[in-house]
Amino acid sequence: MTLQSEPVIVNVGPQHPSTHGVLRMRVAFDGETVTDAEMIIGYLHRGSEKLAEERTFTQVITLTDRMDYVAAMTNNQAYVLSVEKLAGIEPMPRGVYLRMISAELQRIASHLMAVGFLLQDLGALATPLMYMFREREDILDLFELMCGARITVSYHRPSGVFQDVPDEFWGRLRQFLDGMPAHIDEYERLISGNEIVLSRMRGVGVLDPDVMVNASITGPMLRAGGVDWDLRHRAPYEFYDRVSFDRPIMDESDNYARYLVRVYEMREALKIVEQCVEQIEPGPVRDPDVPFVLRPPVGESYVGIEGPKGELGFYLVSDGGISPYRCKVRPPSLLNLTLLREMVIGLPMADMIVTFGTVDVNMGEVDR
Amino acid sequence: MIGLGLFKGLLVTLIAAIRGPVTVQYPDRKVGLPGAAKDAGLSLPRFLVKRPRDAARAAVGMATVEDLVEQGPRFRGQDFNWYEDRCTGCASCAKFCPLGIIKIVTSSSGKQTAEGEVYDVDVFDIDIGRCMFCGICVEVCPYDALDMGSDFERAQYERQALVIPVDELRRKKNTPSTWFRPQLESAGYDPHAGEELTWDAAGRHEQPSEEQLTERWVDER
Amino acid sequence: MALDFLDNAFFRNIYCNLSASDDGRCGERVFSVLPGGFEWLAFLITGIVIALILVNGLLGSVIVFIWAERRLLGRFQSRLGPNRWGPFGTLTPVADAIKTMFKEDIVPDAADRWVFNAAPVVMMVPSLMVLAVIPWGSGTFLADLNIGVLFIIAITSLSTFAIVMAGWGSQNRYAMFGAMRAVALLISYEIPMALSLLGVLMIAGSLSLVSIVSAQDLPFILVQPLGFLVFFIATTAEINRTPFDVAEAESELGAGYHTDYSGMKFGLFLNAEFAATILSAAVIVAVFLGGGRAWDFLPSQIWFLLKMLPVLIFMVWMRASWPRLRIDQVLSLAWKGLIILAFINIVGSAILTFIWPDPSTTELWKMAGINLIVMIASVYAVGGLLGPGSAPVAGFARGEAPPTPRPAGEPAGGSG
Repeated sequence: MTLQSEPVIVNVGPQHPSTHGVLRMRVAFDGETVTDAEMIIGYLHRGSEKLAEERTFTQVITLTDRMDYVAAMTNNQAYVLSVEKLAGIEPMPRGVYLRMISAELQRIASHLMAVGFLLQDLGALATPLMYMFREREDILDLFELMCGARITVSYHRPSGVFQDVPDEFWGRLRQFLDGMPAHIDEYERLISGNEIVLSRMRGVGVLDPDVMVNASITGPMLRAGGVDWDLRHRAPYEFYDRVSFDRPIMDESDNYARYLVRVYEMREALKIVEQCVEQIEPGPVRDPDVPFVLRPPVGESYVGIEGPKGELGFYLVSDGGISPYRCKVRPPSLLNLTLLREMVIGLPMADMIVTFGTVDVNMGEVDR
Repeated sequence: MIGLGLFKGLLVTLIAAIRGPVTVQYPDRKVGLPGAAKDAGLSLPRFLVKRPRDAARAAVGMATVEDLVEQGPRFRGQDFNWYEDRCTGCASCAKFCPLGIIKIVTSSSGKQTAEGEVYDVDVFDIDIGRCMFCGICVEVCPYDALDMGSDFERAQYERQALVIPVDELRRKKNTPSTWFRPQLESAGYDPHAGEELTWDAAGRHEQPSEEQLTERWVDER
Repeated sequence: MALDFLDNAFFRNIYCNLSASDDGRCGERVFSVLPGGFEWLAFLITGIVIALILVNGLLGSVIVFIWAERRLLGRFQSRLGPNRWGPFGTLTPVADAIKTMFKEDIVPDAADRWVFNAAPVVMMVPSLMVLAVIPWGSGTFLADLNIGVLFIIAITSLSTFAIVMAGWGSQNRYAMFGAMRAVALLISYEIPMALSLLGVLMIAGSLSLVSIVSAQDLPFILVQPLGFLVFFIATTAEINRTPFDVAEAESELGAGYHTDYSGMKFGLFLNAEFAATILSAAVIVAVFLGGGRAWDFLPSQIWFLLKMLPVLIFMVWMRASWPRLRIDQVLSLAWKGLIILAFINIVGSAILTFIWPDPSTTELWKMAGINLIVMIASVYAVGGLLGPGSAPVAGFARGEAPPTPRPAGEPAGGSG
């Protein structure tokens, strides 16, 4: 016997505890099962791309801080690399290393947030989230030493970073690097082997790697599907060709794989920071000949970097003026969100929330 | 064995509970008996005898000590430090502010100095209600006259009260953040220690001697 | 005199002391307040006094428990918990209560007013009624019902009505989801909960909680470990606590069935939930931990409360450590796991009670040993049933380690 029932339409969001900001999902439920879902975005649109057109190239850095606000350093990095390519600026080696250190620290912080809020979505009452905030706080303290701000850093500049780090920083960084692996093990003990976590996340939200590649999904989500695609390895920018690191790959492509890849990437990011600390040499961090007001030649540039959430790219067009003629962002969050509908149809409501958590979107970046 | 992971998780939280909290308490911190005795400057037995009421309060966890969060010297606080003696009124800060929140009105002072004309600054309002503390105004100031401040407790009841007027900038004690001021950092200046920084010590450049000025502006011309 | 008072049943003692009539039911009269012929008044006053003591005691302990839970959760999460208001933050729940009372009481336009308004009251009543049969110490109980255990099981199922009323009356889809989940969960878990108590009843030979306590020469947690396990899990599910808090599920449903409630109506729901937690701990202590029976240097009432502490702390600890199960997993656990375990327990206990019909302490120890082995074996066996065969339940087989990422250089399939 089959029961005929009407679908129930529920607006999940924009004011919902688990929409990681202001995503609105219009979901049709049949009982507990999702039969259709529509992602409605735009609640956090601030017009960053348009605003960039009337700011000088340096001023735009402050806008990039606010796109993916849990990973401001990598946003700075992507934008600055694009400006350097556009204007043909050769960055200072020490500045590049500092950019790498800050970007990798930011990657750890971003993954901590992703995993913490994922566990929050699983209903773990904030315990893993609190532990991860504890370590993220250390990273933010490091950022405060570096540049005086914790979230909206505006640290990177064309040709390097704006200021060398204080001496105190290196001791604190060493302390963090020594302490962090034990903390990651602690998370794994708390989460990875937990039967409830395993039974909730394994085999749920599976995506076909081919579909992901065709939908241009990048980042940990793609690597959890067995595709070895990491721009730090495929198209090394900065000095990523001078450091050796591993790309954790999983073949399951389910929620658990996406979670675990992030945890393992934190360890790899720590390795990269270690090597950067070894390789960095004294010297200028910024080319004094690069003016504050840049006038890049007419042309265009695109640089994509491996952000914490995927390929983060900035496409800049210059008409020879002091501000970009066009600034287009390739936001990994938005493109990773595109497949969410395919993932959640047929899942129960609880798994829909968790699947959304594993995609790790940041609405500030989706809407810009 | 099913259930092992669950007990591992219990163990992790138990260890965290034994290790104790890591919370930083702001703006005041609860202290126990030893902390309260230390705060009063007495040894614990003397504190118990001399100030039993305070001791009782501390014993039930109701005594607090004022405490501030530790800030780095580069911390970009929610106020600005302005050295009128260094400012020429060139308005670079206002020009380069991404949000255009600095309002500056100058008038000619008639004074001629060695490096060029100096304007009197009549209005220098910074609307920190819209400020995002990027520090670009500090970065572009050619005379190191504007610095990020190090304070951050500026809650107000009205939006208008968030505008820092020029009088307040003139009046206030200058403890600039070392954001984009490497010379302060190399001098070991700590804005959170509380000492004021005078205008002549705040500059990026060496203070030129009289001979240098003469050479630069008189002999070479 | 104070201890005398505690050593008799609450009700009778106050009644006897008030009333002048010597109808033979009271023992030695200490003093009489009312003249003869006013038994009805004594009865009324006694009832009111008892109700005041118990209800306020429960609500007061809810306040203490809320504070303790928040402090403990903070501790488990490497933070402080409430510490600002009063000594060690003890006044925080009081402040919360005052705030809750002064909040605007919002009734949604579309709500079914009668049902919406009645739901919090209906939710609160069962918690208070359970108070009647719990033996808080030797001789300290309101009623020694000869069907005490049945009474508890029957009364606690009433909260299902309240949850459905709240979910239906709110006309809110989230509330409806929560209510539907709660009903499915509560109905499923009634069965293992009742079945797990059968073993205890067989050994104690009575349904009365007082008799069960007096039968525990050895605490039944040792004699009936499997029954305790099933009962504890079922109770945790019944009172909607992590990892079975699917009915509230704040990350999915906002607040579940009480999404639309505000002010004191929400406060009543909150109170009822925490009261249910405390009372379930009390039932566990009475049925499995020997009630107030312990060494003599403390009164039995104190022992009872002390024994409740570890149960409550473990509940908080679980809440701090584990994520939430999905609703279908929760139901599978009840139907495929706990009911089977409960039946194994019934059969085992039946055989043992057949061998030792009136067990002495030594025989109880023997039973404990046998039942422990039965528990380990059956949990191991039933745990396998929840494995990969039943696909949505658990995506892992027993003994199989979860996968880990492989380094990028290795070919696919080489995951360790």
